[in-house]
Amino acid sequence: MSTLDILSDDEQFMVRTVQDFVDKEVKPVVQELEHSNSYPEALIEQMKRLGIYGLAVPEEYGGTPVSTPCYVLITEELARGWMSLAGAMGGHTVVAKLLLHFGTEEQKRRWLPRMATGEIRATMALTEPGGGSDLQAIRTVARKDTDGYVVNGVKTWITNSRRSQLIALLCKTDPAASPAHQGISILLVGHGPGLTVSRDLPKLGYKGVESCELSFDDFRAPAEALLGGVEGKGFAQMMKGLETGRLQVAARALGVGRAALEDALAYAQERESFGKPIWKHQSIGNYLADMATSLTAARQLTLYAAREAEAGRRVDMEAGMAKLFASETAMQIALNAVRVHGGYGYSTEFDVERYFRDAPLMIVGEGTNEIQRNVIASQLVKRGGLEA
Amino acid sequence: MRIVVTVKYVPDATGDRHFADDLTVDRDDVDGLLSELDEYAVEQALQISENSDDDVEITVLTVGPEDAKDALRKALSMGADKAIHVEDDDLNGTDALGTSLVLAKAVEKAGYDLVISGMASTDGTMGVVPALLAERLGVPQVTLLSEVWVEDGTVTGRRDGDAASEQLEASLPAVMSVTDQSGEARYPSFKGIMAAKKKPVESWDLSDLDIEADQVGLEGAWTKVDSAAERPARTAGTIVKDEGEGGKQLAAFLAERKFV
Ligand SMILES: Cc1cc2nc3c(=O)[nH]c(=O)nc-3n(C[C@H](O)[C@H](O)[C@H](O)COP(=O)(O)OP(=O)(O)OC[C@H]3O[C@@H](n4cnc5c(N)ncnc54)[C@H](O)[C@@H]3O)c2cc1C
Repeated sequence: MSTLDILSDDEQFMVRTVQDFVDKEVKPVVQELEHSNSYPEALIEQMKRLGIYGLAVPEEYGGTPVSTPCYVLITEELARGWMSLAGAMGGHTVVAKLLLHFGTEEQKRRWLPRMATGEIRATMALTEPGGGSDLQAIRTVARKDTDGYVVNGVKTWITNSRRSQLIALLCKTDPAASPAHQGISILLVGHGPGLTVSRDLPKLGYKGVESCELSFDDFRAPAEALLGGVEGKGFAQMMKGLETGRLQVAARALGVGRAALEDALAYAQERESFGKPIWKHQSIGNYLADMATSLTAARQLTLYAAREAEAGRRVDMEAGMAKLFASETAMQIALNAVRVHGGYGYSTEFDVERYFRDAPLMIVGEGTNEIQRNVIASQLVKRGGLEA
Repeated sequence: MRIVVTVKYVPDATGDRHFADDLTVDRDDVDGLLSELDEYAVEQALQISENSDDDVEITVLTVGPEDAKDALRKALSMGADKAIHVEDDDLNGTDALGTSLVLAKAVEKAGYDLVISGMASTDGTMGVVPALLAERLGVPQVTLLSEVWVEDGTVTGRRDGDAASEQLEASLPAVMSVTDQSGEARYPSFKGIMAAKKKPVESWDLSDLDIEADQVGLEGAWTKVDSAAERPARTAGTIVKDEGEGGKQLAAFLAERKFV
């Protein structure tokens, strides 16, 4: 696998280890877990032991940090086995990055060591029933009093709600601020009185992992819960965190696309019609060619964005492009994999129907693709076009 | 306690394997890896260490070409403490007897209380090296164990046969081999992978072990491969259609092949 050549020896070994884990542990059980909508407890435990939850945590806090391209390729491997597994570590990484970039030393020491082992897992709560795209319009409010903050509001679609002991909560500490983003902060909260998981949202795919509604009703958070200790920085902090989140979602799309291509490629060589393997019918061969071409392009675009991020550059546009292109590509590949499988592509005894149900999440989640295009267009104008 | 785990670097069984002109396996063509059956041996060593109150030092030992370092690295990443790589051009073509000689000398030089091997290599699949090694070392052998305990200078284990399960026991020092039923091998953790880089790997050649070139290699081999042919492609299976006689046809098929 020459894609791995850009990584150090150690990182190549890590990606291969995850590849091995996916082939031996995930692939054999994924159908059962998917169709019974079961939380993959045993697999998550193994992921903890591997070190998946410490990939963005520096060594001094007990993690094994890897380069962004390595992170992308590990995520891709997990998603190749089951997108839900990659989902169960995505938000966690974003919160680790938020702490790392913006947390006070005390906040880092408090959370990162236990996050590195997976003992504590983290999620982020941005979206509200009233909207997820327009985050400046959120209505969850944290009012400051002498003992800290009192939080009221509702969040929805929050991944891993019950399984996470740490929630990075986007809320308004100054609802009257203008511009609105200057009144937004992130609070690092856990479960407690005043916070109820009020609903589990039924969904098309992304099975096994919960997506919930959270109600905050006079929920109390101490003053130290404020990420970075300064109010009004939350929006900018989250936008930085979402750069990682979008790379992660792009990588998930790559994994789903790759799984769909691998299955279609194998099936097209086994299945025969009119006296020959179906890949020899030009229409089917063309599907495979297009799937592989677009997947390769999506992967290289994502790795480009990952290398830019690794170099410390701002990558909202690049991560947006990767997320946009990889997710649309995964959807197209999943649909074509259904076509290649004929009737069996529609059968729940095969995996391709799952890819087809999982792919749309990457189009919608972590900022819809319409929003990505907005980001890309405004950055293009701001930066005066693409660099040479 | 000092445990030495013998590990072999083997061609990937899923790869396309070929023989070289001298009828040894052509290693240039396929990727190699730590023999899966040896991973069980490493795993047992790690478990013995984790369950022991005493200090346990685990050394992984391989006899093999330059690339065999990958097998050592994987075992170190899983948690072994140090590694020894016996590498010498004169080793090319060494058979099981020769390998056991090299291993015995290396194990003695390294120092040991317990040697743990896999049940067989996934390429040669002879499964005789642990027994040969014990003979050469002059210590007890407890082979093909599916469950293992080490306590107070004694290794105890269960060997499952077709007809019976045996409980075996030997006093240390001893050689044991473990089966693929002994417990799933762990994956190297990312931490383990990073830590492995800093662990010592010693390289020894035949002169370090006082072995003459003619005792090993193709020259010194007691077994000789006269010819090798590719396995014929698999033919399609027989499909029995049940039109009232299906059961009988099945039975006849099995009887014909002496399965029943
Ligand atoms: C399975 C799942 C898991 C999720 N996990 C999380 C999580 O853990 N944490 C979290 O905070 N959120 C999570 N989300 C929420 C997700 O991020 C939002 O659904 C997403 O951001 C879109 O928000 P919305 O659903 O409110 O759609 P809306 O914002 O209402 O958008 C509706 C439509 O209008 C379009 N639109 C809106 N504004 C514009 C504009 N300015 N220009 C062009 N088009 C526009 C959108 O693209 C979309 O097509 C999850 C969602 C799903 C489905």
